[in-house]
Amino acid sequence: MDDFLIRALIAGLGVAAVAGPLGCFIVWRRMAYFGDSMAHSALLGVALGLLTGVDVTLGIVGTGIVLAVILVLLQRQRRLSTDTLLGILSHAALSLGLIAISLMEWLRVDLLGYLFGDILAVTTVDIYWIYGGGVATLACLAMLWRSLIAMTVHEELAEAEGVHVLPARLVFMLLIALIIAVSIKVVGVLLISSLLIIPAATARRFARTPETMAAIASLVGALAVFFGLAASIEWDTPSGPSIVIAATALFAISFVLGLGRHLLRFRAPS
Amino acid sequence: MDDQSIPPLIDVQNVNLRFGNVSVLTDINLAVQAGEIVTLIGPNGSGKTTLTRIVLGLLAPDRGRVVRRHGLVVGYLPQRFSIDPVLPLTVSRLMTLTHSCSRAKISDALTMTGVSKLADANVSELSGGELQRVLLARALLREPHLLVLDEPTQGVDFAGEAELYGLISTLRDELRCGVLMISHDLHMVMSSTDQVICLNHHICCSGKPEAVRLNPEFRALFGPSAVQNIAPYTHDHDHTHDVSGAVIPLKDDRKGHVHNDVHGHEEYSSNDSPTGSPD
Repeated sequence: MDDFLIRALIAGLGVAAVAGPLGCFIVWRRMAYFGDSMAHSALLGVALGLLTGVDVTLGIVGTGIVLAVILVLLQRQRRLSTDTLLGILSHAALSLGLIAISLMEWLRVDLLGYLFGDILAVTTVDIYWIYGGGVATLACLAMLWRSLIAMTVHEELAEAEGVHVLPARLVFMLLIALIIAVSIKVVGVLLISSLLIIPAATARRFARTPETMAAIASLVGALAVFFGLAASIEWDTPSGPSIVIAATALFAISFVLGLGRHLLRFRAPS
Repeated sequence: MDDQSIPPLIDVQNVNLRFGNVSVLTDINLAVQAGEIVTLIGPNGSGKTTLTRIVLGLLAPDRGRVVRRHGLVVGYLPQRFSIDPVLPLTVSRLMTLTHSCSRAKISDALTMTGVSKLADANVSELSGGELQRVLLARALLREPHLLVLDEPTQGVDFAGEAELYGLISTLRDELRCGVLMISHDLHMVMSSTDQVICLNHHICCSGKPEAVRLNPEFRALFGPSAVQNIAPYTHDHDHTHDVSGAVIPLKDDRKGHVHNDVHGHEEYSSNDSPTGSPD
């Protein structure tokens, strides 16, 4: 196997492992649109990172945090719902990012790579970022696990029983920004949230506890990366979309399996 | 308020709260003693849930204060509790969401509320009545001195409501805990409460159920029909229901939910003129 393929696989598996548990929380807390908006804002982060000459990854994390803060501030008014606010922020950030990159004529930016990912161009440094960021993210998530689950079930109940809700929520947003920043090379800003959501949705059918659901989601993500890469090489298709389609295929299979089981259970006398 | 010798579990003193220009709570005073059931009633948006949030310490009042007895443990059953089916969660896990607990204690608590078989059930598959009982068991798990129950019978059918209120009274007797409850079921409140507080941003009236029922402010708030609706629910049942709704024949020693022994007969009369307040 070629070096670039091994690097692609290692990077993809690393992202999938972290995206599993984090994606579960996005699905449980109904934050799919939030994840999408954070991902879209990442392009603006790329532009700012390149423009200021600071690191691109830091640019993405920074922009994500700013977006999250703006959202929390805007949520204080009651007239517009969160998904409307996200609809505004998400596309404004994406458009601003596209404009900023187009204005930087002196730089040759691989726009398609940022939008849809270029996993075959992953470097060793990228892998360090993915695994470093990934381990940090999983460690934070493990520490906050109980609080986050309690908040997901009922935020006020958790607060009444001593959970520090606000810090947990902020750190969670930060973790989403972080995973987006490190996985942008693998699937790109337009497809990242699918790698968070599809494996989690697939895992639901097989899980009895939140923890098993998170673990299965990581596994499904890893399978999707593996099959997606294989398909990409076999048929010379773009790698990011291939991974997403592989994940979708796994979801479809689990859905059909579950449907069959549901019908069987429906017939059986209870 | 009645007993001066023992300090109350919780004492709300002159609490005021505004959201922007809107005065949500004005000069609220209330106290809950051990072994006492205090029920908050009032129209939607009258500040009931906000007041419980202040009692729980989730919200600070602008003026006034809440004095809790030293070392007070509160068990809380929140309003509008629903679990998205996408989150796999068993009942046992729900019980230990924020605090670890032995399997035996979980089982004891579930037995107390009559849902011992549900320890391994999936929370999203519970019926309304089962869920409320599980949540009640969950609140008991912390061995609370005070139970705060925000609409404990939401999503529960009529027969189940009566059973649940009966259960709350029984738990109060067995555990000697105080209960602060929000309720919309005027007809039930009156039969299972020591003290009723009628709230509409301020305390309109409060006291024993019979006294509140005859108070003009209460009638102004809920309308004359409400006063009649409070008349005890007296249809005769020759059976009762378990949590899942299955019919259980009445044993001799068990009366199901017949409440006609609780109140005097004047409550049946259609004209509700307050003839001498029952105090």
